[in-house]
Amino acid sequence: MRAFGGSGSSEVAIEIIGLTKTYKDKKNGDKVAVAGIDLTVYRNEIFAILGPNGAGKTTTVEILEGYRDRDSGQVSVLGVDPSQLSAQDRSWRNRIGIVLQSTEDAADLTVAETVNHFSHYYSNPKNPGEVIDEVGLTEKANSRIRTLSGGQRRRLDVALGIIGGPEILFLDEPTTGFDPEARRSFWELIRKLQSEGTTIVLTTHYLDEAEALADRVAVINEGKIVEISTPENLGGRNEAKARVTFLRNGLREEILTDNPTKTISELSVDFNGDIPELIVSRPTLEDIYLSMIKSQENK
Amino acid sequence: MTTNLTHASYAKNPSVLRVGLLRGGIEIKQFLRQRESVVFTLLFPVMLLFIFGSVFKDTIAPGVTFSRYFVAGMIASGLVNTGFQQLAITIPMERDFGTLKRLRGIPMSPVSYFIGKVILVTTSMLVQVAMLMAFGTAFFGLKLPTTADLWLRFTWLVIVGSICSTILGIAFSSIPKSGRGASAVVSPIVIVLQFFSGVFFVFSSLPKWMQDFAAIFPLKWLTQGMRSVFLPDSFSIREVARSWELGKTFLVLVIWIIVGTLWALRSFKWSDK
Repeated sequence: MRAFGGSGSSEVAIEIIGLTKTYKDKKNGDKVAVAGIDLTVYRNEIFAILGPNGAGKTTTVEILEGYRDRDSGQVSVLGVDPSQLSAQDRSWRNRIGIVLQSTEDAADLTVAETVNHFSHYYSNPKNPGEVIDEVGLTEKANSRIRTLSGGQRRRLDVALGIIGGPEILFLDEPTTGFDPEARRSFWELIRKLQSEGTTIVLTTHYLDEAEALADRVAVINEGKIVEISTPENLGGRNEAKARVTFLRNGLREEILTDNPTKTISELSVDFNGDIPELIVSRPTLEDIYLSMIKSQENK
Repeated sequence: MTTNLTHASYAKNPSVLRVGLLRGGIEIKQFLRQRESVVFTLLFPVMLLFIFGSVFKDTIAPGVTFSRYFVAGMIASGLVNTGFQQLAITIPMERDFGTLKRLRGIPMSPVSYFIGKVILVTTSMLVQVAMLMAFGTAFFGLKLPTTADLWLRFTWLVIVGSICSTILGIAFSSIPKSGRGASAVVSPIVIVLQFFSGVFFVFSSLPKWMQDFAAIFPLKWLTQGMRSVFLPDSFSIREVARSWELGKTFLVLVIWIIVGTLWALRSFKWSDK
């Protein structure tokens, strides 16, 4: 098990080089899920993986989690190659936490019983009561799991993912089905985990989630990395022209500009004061993302 | 700059056995909280005992009523219900619900998972067999063994039979496509085997092809073994082979244990993908 080189002063948590994975299917033809991915995740960062359904996100993450074998490439997670682990090797699993997509298990146990039970699998677990508190389930601690709402169920999944005090936490589409308030408080929880030193890798469909949480984002499509960047710089978003729109003689006009302040002050002179129904906007992460995915499909 | 990522030194994980015992506890707790499992696994056989035992009171041999014959068969069935049937239905459900995948992602040895299952099967099996023996003795003329030899024979039949039943349940758990469909796949197999193996009918009165078919599977041998414990020794001449065939019974069960182990090792799936 070798370690890869780091970059700058940041320590490397995950390194992937030339990863490929094809699902064999004799009936429908083989399906290429991952077609050569390279990426590095540094310690203590929140790294988001974005991409449409079937892009290879879950396959990539499941290879990192040790659930799947790869066809080729090098993978290192906390300095360990997950494919080289035997079922008996528990020390590496002790250091990672996994929150799966959807689970309905242990419906007849209470929240407290379940979190407490899972704490016994780890060598150095967190305090179960504190973890339940951290995910905001204290009031539900003695309720049966089958009585929880979808959002509460997901919080329990997170509690089980962090009870072992992981160095890396994997979250697969963690807030699907959450109401906006629940998502906000969930994001707070993830930021808190980061502030405690946890490295977080999440896949998500929600662009606003990636924007709110991630230090860096990888966009994956058709098994390949389209771009890795910060949410602010993705797809040249920081350099994209601003769009200034307003009403003139009852018609909406639009100006694309690199310098909206200058444009507006000029307009203000033109209008001799107020610019009617002025809107200044920049492309959202969603606009950028959709144009990236689309330009790929057109290739 | 080169980073040096090696294993952080950790205090050891809890032992495989300790985690297995904890899993056994949590399995039993979940079992008792599910009404379906309590009713089907524990109470249903007792209900069957009362229905069949009350209807068929004919004497099938001097001093042996059918109900007594039937109780012996039901005790053998108890090993199949609590091991094979229970595991072949609940493991696919755990796979569907994501329980197994979650367990693969935490620092738990698969051995601990199976220790938990063995504890669950053993507990429910002991409760069921004890209930059948108690009701059988109280209401249906079952005579408990009176010699140490017979108790010893009963003990090895229960131990070898439940090991066989448990391993085949784990192996068969890879067959049902979904958790919801598992019961529809597994239950008919158990019921047909009960009809063919001398539980609901006197085995020697069944057509020969049925007897031959049943002889491939463990249940026929377990029912015959239980009859050797709970029926008078003189009844052995009424068996098809005119003997209890205990050596052969042991051999068949051991062959199934070996087959089941190899099958389980090859086929056990932690997730459905």
